[in-house]
Amino acid sequence: MNILLEAFQQSFHLVFNFDKDLFEILFLSLRVSLVSLLLSCLIGLPLGTILAIKNFWFRDSILIIFNTMMGLPPVVVGLIVYIIISRSGPLGWMGILYTPTAMIIAQMILIIPIIVSLSAQIIEEIQLEYKNLFKSLVISSQDAVKAYLFDARYSILTVMLAGFGRAISEVGAVIIVGGNIDHLTRVMTTSIALETSKGNLSLALALGIILLLIALTVNFLLIRLKITAKRKSYV
Amino acid sequence: MCNIKPIDELKVSPIEIVNLSAKINNNLILDNISFEIPDKSITAILGPNGAGKSVLLKTINGLVPISKGKITFNSQETSEAIRKKQAMVFQTPTLLRRSVLHNMEFINSINKETNILDAKFLLKRVGLDNFYNHPARLLSGGEKQRLSLARALLLKPKLLLLDEPTTNLDPYSLKLIEDLILEESIKGTTIILTTHDMAQAKRLASNIIFINKGKVLEQTEGKVFFRKPATNEARKYLAGEILL
Repeated sequence: MNILLEAFQQSFHLVFNFDKDLFEILFLSLRVSLVSLLLSCLIGLPLGTILAIKNFWFRDSILIIFNTMMGLPPVVVGLIVYIIISRSGPLGWMGILYTPTAMIIAQMILIIPIIVSLSAQIIEEIQLEYKNLFKSLVISSQDAVKAYLFDARYSILTVMLAGFGRAISEVGAVIIVGGNIDHLTRVMTTSIALETSKGNLSLALALGIILLLIALTVNFLLIRLKITAKRKSYV
Repeated sequence: MCNIKPIDELKVSPIEIVNLSAKINNNLILDNISFEIPDKSITAILGPNGAGKSVLLKTINGLVPISKGKITFNSQETSEAIRKKQAMVFQTPTLLRRSVLHNMEFINSINKETNILDAKFLLKRVGLDNFYNHPARLLSGGEKQRLSLARALLLKPKLLLLDEPTTNLDPYSLKLIEDLILEESIKGTTIILTTHDMAQAKRLASNIIFINKGKVLEQTEGKVFFRKPATNEARKYLAGEILL
């Protein structure tokens, strides 16, 4: 019980004293997660849309692969990215190992399957609903896709927040490819892992509480969004 | 010489259906049917459930592919330009996940001939002028059907296809929709509707097509059909008996 109390006190102390190291770690966590989310959406949403609306012979196989990849173990992703970008790997010449860029790449591999699979499912559902109407209106596939994406906006935002949740809480991959270097690649989750291994449990827990607060905020937004969309019958 | 007429001059009726067959999931739904829909008429397609009425409307609208035979619109085979001159109201209205006004604005965004004033005028005409910002999918059944009709009319169609447009509606919505159908007909729109409401068919239709099991059994004037149906099946149908 004591350690919990201590952890709460320490987390309040860190936050309200604007601890420089804490905020550096926090901002790097947010930056890495948000950039990887944005890039994942840029790749994942068009891919999900194509898989939802186009019917080609290996479409189902691709969807099965992305669905399976949603459960990829982060440490395995970290290991594969490490092998590829390490000095002796095929992309070793880029020199991005132990940089935030490497962490973003690893997180993208974890988030893209979530964005692709869930957005494909959402858009497929809306496409089935609108299919006859749009065919009857003789509208172009470009206009149809715009309408699917616009009308699925609440559900897609939910998917994006789910992707962000996966990114911000991820530790296995970023610790392997980022190396948890102080002032360079140290993020919230890797700091927690480090402080735990050092036996500094109250600080680790304090960081955990702050991370939980971020997750709580994201979930709160997600639920508000769902309630608003349901109230307006937009989902 | 080019045979294609400019869109605004394009006439889509009379409609001639010749030896038409259509299948859904390999089941023959329309079986070698032939008839003609006169220009600027209101035609009611009658028949028991499963007769193929909705499939017939969808085939005319290009939603169900033709397996055999042909449909011509003013002697022309269907084309994108001809299909753009048609509007269809489905039995279960498909409304976009947007507000009432945004559902209308969507039509404006794809049809440059109409604008927000047309949309607002039609919403007023169907009694939805107080619902602009109301989510469309939260409207009642009658309101949804009225919005669906307003959206179809915003397309300024020359051929209006209505699949049971007043099923389960209250008398107010029913009267409003029937008045709009008659108004559109007076403006020169050719209208084809399916219905199970015999009184409605009597009130609206100048032309009746009676189908059963995918075959056209009768095509006649409304007055004649209700007074003296020519086939045994039509007599039984009008008497409320089961058709086997």
